Amino acid sequence: MSYCISAKGLNYRDLNQKIKVVLAKNPNPAMLTIKDVCGQKYIGDGIQADIQIQIYGVPGNDLGAFMDGPHIEVFDNVQDGTGNTMNEGSIIIHGNAGDILGYSMRGGEIFVEKSVGYRSGIHMKSYGKKVPVMVIGGEAGNFLGEYMAGGMIILLGLHKKESRQAEMTLGCDGEIVGNYVGTGMHGGIIYIRGRVSDYKLGKEVKQMAVDAQDKKILRTYIQKYQKYFGKSQPLKTDGFTKLIPFSHRPYGKLYAY
Amino acid sequence: MGEKLEIMERMTRKEYSTRFRIPSGCAVFGVVNQKGMRFSGQTVLEGITMMHDRSNGLGGGFAAYGIYPRFAQEWAFHLIYEDRIAQQQAEDLLGQNFEILLSEEIPTDGSIRLDQPPLNYRYFLRCQKNMGKHEQDFIVNLVMNINSNIRGAFVVSSGKNMGIFKGVGYPEDIGRYYRIQEYEGYLWTSHGRFPTNSAGWWGGAHPFGLLNWSVVHNGEISSYGSNKRFVNDFGYKCTLSTDTEVIAYLFDLLVRREKIDLRLLHLILAAPLWEEIERLAPDIRKVVTALRTVYGPALLNGPFNIIIGHNDFMYALNDRIKLRPMVAARHQDYMYVSSEEAAIRKVCPSPSLVWRPEGGQPVIGRVSIPRKAKLNQKAGV
Repeated sequence: MSYCISAKGLNYRDLNQKIKVVLAKNPNPAMLTIKDVCGQKYIGDGIQADIQIQIYGVPGNDLGAFMDGPHIEVFDNVQDGTGNTMNEGSIIIHGNAGDILGYSMRGGEIFVEKSVGYRSGIHMKSYGKKVPVMVIGGEAGNFLGEYMAGGMIILLGLHKKESRQAEMTLGCDGEIVGNYVGTGMHGGIIYIRGRVSDYKLGKEVKQMAVDAQDKKILRTYIQKYQKYFGKSQPLKTDGFTKLIPFSHRPYGKLYAY
Repeated sequence: MGEKLEIMERMTRKEYSTRFRIPSGCAVFGVVNQKGMRFSGQTVLEGITMMHDRSNGLGGGFAAYGIYPRFAQEWAFHLIYEDRIAQQQAEDLLGQNFEILLSEEIPTDGSIRLDQPPLNYRYFLRCQKNMGKHEQDFIVNLVMNINSNIRGAFVVSSGKNMGIFKGVGYPEDIGRYYRIQEYEGYLWTSHGRFPTNSAGWWGGAHPFGLLNWSVVHNGEISSYGSNKRFVNDFGYKCTLSTDTEVIAYLFDLLVRREKIDLRLLHLILAAPLWEEIERLAPDIRKVVTALRTVYGPALLNGPFNIIIGHNDFMYALNDRIKLRPMVAARHQDYMYVSSEEAAIRKVCPSPSLVWRPEGGQPVIGRVSIPRKAKLNQKAGV
């Protein structure tokens, strides 16, 4: 069965309570649609179920935090902290995302049609078979993959971020990624279309060419991206660069005695 | 509790609130019509109300520009008083220095219950003698004088055709208390407070104002000590026990007195890191280095998101590494800045452009009032 909830005028507590009530009555609805969302926080948080949730409107901070299974599709922009510490499931965003997207994410997938703010993928981590993946269709702000410990970030650069239309940035270089990429990174992989100026790289990461295995991975996720958002242009997998950390424990010796 | 009450009797409200501080983020929202068309405070009220959960009831406030067209050319002062003695002293001082064209209690909605509201008064003032270009310095000195020397009296705003309304409470309650939905202005900023390092008291709520400036701020100014000493050398005294106050004085000092171009200001307040300056083209590097060197003590360090209101523009700025949220939007003649996108979308469902400003890059919404409207304003229409 499908359910539809209107979030109009609802406080975040009341909205999330309503969602819980629906799921308590029917643990496996075919689809849960939430309309008229405007800034309600914590939607989908902590839900352990393999369900589809569609969101219309701008959801508030920490969308899908700690969630373990749901497939959330948002037909608008999202705010800060989306996918915070999520464990399983997926979040598909038809728009832009705010800061700290996928903060400490440990499993599941996030697909963003357009651009993301600062510190996306900060402290993502993987363990065993759980490998979180974040695919960004547009550009990324500063500190992409800061303190990243595992998982994968793919940056496609198909859309220019809106701030370029609005601001004159000093020393703007036209690259699709901001400064301080992978600062403190000690695990995982970041794929970026094009090259990255060396000064932008955190001290802990190196830039490498993609190999056949990488191209295979890229092809899989690009196809998935195109499935969600439609084909905008053909994408070749060889124009990418790969960022990986020099060491799994860059400061392992620093505190040794 | 008994002890608390007893202590309260012996203390001014500022002293009391500072002692019993409740350590507990913030929300900011600003909107400007760049053609200078006036609109009701309802818009800003709805925007800030949407972010209720970012504040904790210990401070809310609004700055409004264009609300006093009848007195557009006179100084509009908003003051809060803790008691009638403070009021008497302040009014005596104002009477000695100005022709008081109108003096009245600021209308409030008594049905809104707030924590011990002080007395709220406003004055429309004309200088007795023509002071020419020194008039603004004179006002600054007078404001400093009242804030530091009259116990229990604080100047909330001191500009022209603008006013600040603030207090302890949630912003939606403060807004309705001051009936801001009944005013019409072309530029509004607002704040919901969640005090972290200083007490929640009426004078400490945002916005902070001096002359036509108003500041709302989310974050903390780690460089407060050096900024405070810097402005102090130019005669600005920080008396309101919160870091935000110093930002208002920095704007007055840098923009009004030092005449720094608005488009260069962020190179002082949120100066690029030295390693970034190194990478700039030589001619630009020279300018940026000079600004950072000369005005070093005006650098605002720490996480912040500020919106500055002024009769001629709205100016928003993030710290260099964007440690506080900020979203901006444009739609027709309107420009919006907010802590959260949803607050903008609440009052403007489909803006033509929504963007997330880069850290250290300003968002500037200038107001250019068409000539005809300006003439009407002068005539008090």
